Amino acid sequence: MKVDRRSFLGLGLGAVAGIAISPVGAKLTDDSSIWTQNWPWTPVPPDGKISYDQSVCTLCPGTCGIKVRKIDDRPVKIEGRDAFPVNYGGACLHGIAGTQYLYDPSRVKTPLKKNNGRFEPISWEEAISLVAKRLGKIRENQSPDTLACITDTDQGSVAGLFRHFMAAFGSPNHVTMQTLESWLALTAQTLHGSGHTLGFDLDHADFILSFGAGFIEGWGSPVAFFKANAGRRKRDAKLYQIEPRLSTTAAAADRWIPINPGTQADLAMAMCGILLQENLFDPEFAAGFRGGLNRFNAMVKQKYPLEQVAAITGISAADIKKTALAFAKAKMPVAIPGKGRGDGAQSLKEFAAVHTLNCLTGNINKKGGTFVKPVHNYLAFPDPVQDTVAKKGSTRKKIAASVQELVTKVNQSDPPVVDTLFVYNANPCYTLNEPGQAVKAFEKIPFVVSFSSFMDETALSSDMILPVSTFLERFEDVPSKAGLASSVVGLARPVVDPVFDTRSPGDALIRLAKACGGTMAQSFEWDNYETCLKNVVPGIWGALYKKGYAQILQDPPTGRVETDFAFLADNPPTISPQGEFDLVLVPIDNMRVLSTVPASSPFAIKTVSDRVIKNKDIFVEINPQTAKGLKNGGFVTLTTPAGSATVRLDFNEGIMPGVIGMVKGLGHWFDNKYVAGKGVNVNELISPVIEPGSGLDAAFGIKARISKA
Amino acid sequence: MSEIENKTEHGSMDGTKEGAAGDPKNDTGLGLGVVFFMLAFLICFLSGWLLFPKLLYSKHEQPFDFDHALHVQETGDCESCHYLREDGTFSGIPKTESCLDCHTDEPMGTTEDEAIFAAEYVAKGREVPWYVYAKQPDCVYFSHAAHIRAAGMDCVTCHGHIGESTSSRPYEENRLTGYSRDIWGKNIWGIKKNSWDSMKMDDCAVCHQEETGHKGYCFQCHK
Repeated sequence: MKVDRRSFLGLGLGAVAGIAISPVGAKLTDDSSIWTQNWPWTPVPPDGKISYDQSVCTLCPGTCGIKVRKIDDRPVKIEGRDAFPVNYGGACLHGIAGTQYLYDPSRVKTPLKKNNGRFEPISWEEAISLVAKRLGKIRENQSPDTLACITDTDQGSVAGLFRHFMAAFGSPNHVTMQTLESWLALTAQTLHGSGHTLGFDLDHADFILSFGAGFIEGWGSPVAFFKANAGRRKRDAKLYQIEPRLSTTAAAADRWIPINPGTQADLAMAMCGILLQENLFDPEFAAGFRGGLNRFNAMVKQKYPLEQVAAITGISAADIKKTALAFAKAKMPVAIPGKGRGDGAQSLKEFAAVHTLNCLTGNINKKGGTFVKPVHNYLAFPDPVQDTVAKKGSTRKKIAASVQELVTKVNQSDPPVVDTLFVYNANPCYTLNEPGQAVKAFEKIPFVVSFSSFMDETALSSDMILPVSTFLERFEDVPSKAGLASSVVGLARPVVDPVFDTRSPGDALIRLAKACGGTMAQSFEWDNYETCLKNVVPGIWGALYKKGYAQILQDPPTGRVETDFAFLADNPPTISPQGEFDLVLVPIDNMRVLSTVPASSPFAIKTVSDRVIKNKDIFVEINPQTAKGLKNGGFVTLTTPAGSATVRLDFNEGIMPGVIGMVKGLGHWFDNKYVAGKGVNVNELISPVIEPGSGLDAAFGIKARISKA
Repeated sequence: MSEIENKTEHGSMDGTKEGAAGDPKNDTGLGLGVVFFMLAFLICFLSGWLLFPKLLYSKHEQPFDFDHALHVQETGDCESCHYLREDGTFSGIPKTESCLDCHTDEPMGTTEDEAIFAAEYVAKGREVPWYVYAKQPDCVYFSHAAHIRAAGMDCVTCHGHIGESTSSRPYEENRLTGYSRDIWGKNIWGIKKNSWDSMKMDDCAVCHQEETGHKGYCFQCHK
């Protein structure tokens, strides 16, 4: 016998066969697959004690109660709070992604000061003293009214503190962005006198006539209205949606009535005429009509004859009449104004005309109707202490009534009418129509201080950024608004220590006032924002702190309200789109894309359809009829009088011929690889058009043309 | 004459010298090959079965011996120590604080293990670093409440008769995965005789299939 290579072959084969039949192979395969899941760099969330904190989301005007799931001190998940009287347990995609904002790549981590066009980090002490010095100089020059301030809203104690600051400083120039709430308040003020706003009981209404309101696409308080829509289907209440495209809301409605863009006001006026002429208005409620109902009636008859309105709106006279009659004959009809989300450029005429429909049916201050509510007045700020400079300043004329007007005035004046500008929770350099004008104005204003959590377009255009904590890191009272029937104030509270060197905006303002000294310091005697909040909401602090919310009005308002027709009887003109081109470009509000502050989270952007944004290209909706000779998905150049952009086409039979729709909220140019640099900002393609009646931007769209790119 | 033809002419002699496998007169090469094959097969097979598990798992002794049987006898049942909290979460292995309901830093009995517990953990206020035999990976969500309360299952179904044990067996940790050996099961072949023998995903699925008619969806456990 001799050992040769065959023996070794046998040895090898034997070894392989032996191992193969033993459990080694199966076991090692299983173990090695597990091993690959447990590499040390694979993130494993640390274990810890589970707890829930209750708070309120402030990402949009919705005022949803939330509960934040925490592992030890780390917030890991946001859910809707069951017992909260707005959203009752619901949450939207932006709310559940709220924790992402804590670690957002574009967060401002420390105070920054611009030096030769570049931001350099400075300490809070330095930042506050620099701003205080600047303000001191303004007061030395006896011109406190050259300090202006832009906030997102005028509600709640944070906006209240800015107002208080401006009053103590002696400047009347505090302006706010246009939101659904501000439009509703303006409408209520125009028709029912100041101090009122509107709320809609969509939970009980049996007929909702929506003039383009994206009722389930972010209009008003999104989650509350999603629920109202779900309830509507169970109750078999009707929804008629009037807008130029088959939006998600229109698709969910009982009827979609396509209308030429921007002609909703004319339609509402004509419907008012039908109600008056057919004697379908509520005589009891009509007893409270003032300011020329007859004049209004005569005007509508003369200026809005059915056939003419049918031609303007593109809806047949028969359809207009049928819809008006269905609305008037419903038991609990509600007409809701506000295209898309209802913020930004809207029209007072349209809001007033739509709400007049509500007034004529008499379904006001009743269950399933529209509530003319008093504006929240739970805040009790002490009177600001003013010195002579402040007293003189505050009697001066307001430079502008709106942010848009302020921008225009700054760009028109030399030297600029504003020396120093505060901006809080607003992004005019992105959200205004023709935002380039705002950027220009910001460059022109010698000193802009942005109180911002994120390095957005406005922060980038500022000279100093005071980094503000996000809603998960601070206290804030959050009043319900945006068309909600209920009057609730929620309390947002810190669920986590600030991740970066940020402060609550209230704390920053209080410190700034103290650094200014004199009467400014006297007006801000609170140690910090928390103490201030406790002091300015004396009646409800207990409930706010304990329950997380407080009811301002236990019951909704009842009884007749006076309605003044003077504004509409004068027949303010309807805005028409600017330009000479054949098509009309209109912005689309998409639930998944936020269009104000903050910008959408990376999570939300991931959920946006490929037919809205693909890679870095934005799609515009267009009817195939309009796009003859062009390819679905093809690149085109979209030109408006305000500018042009390269976009892709999305053929959609659900948009009226002649209309191009582009989603709002994309095309950011700040530094955030997940959210910015995608698509085009539709506001850049639309020029503002000031509505004579309100003095506000009412550009619902703009004339446009497309050509092969 | 070509080189190939040359080789053919003289080649046959070389062939016999080397003992070709096909040659019936000389088959010792094949016989030895078979022996070697058998030998290697046996060694490798036996090592894969018997030696491999010894290499794969490292053994750890528990900090001290724990007598489950005695404690069950004293307290009555499993739930006295391993209970569901009010919110439905499972308390797991009791913290030292829970033991203090009965124990003090003076041992109650005479065992050496209790003395270690009293001196090292109770007196010093430390937690016992138990090795957890049934510890599942982080990526698995498991609700005890759903199984005990809703499905009315017994502890024994998954945990076996640990409640009757009088001492703590060594904890065996898989050197590759870091998991307890109890997850795969003691049997290296993965053969299961009792319901508690192994607790891998397939074991969950088998039971879910039997009890609910469906194996369950990924996100039910991997959230």
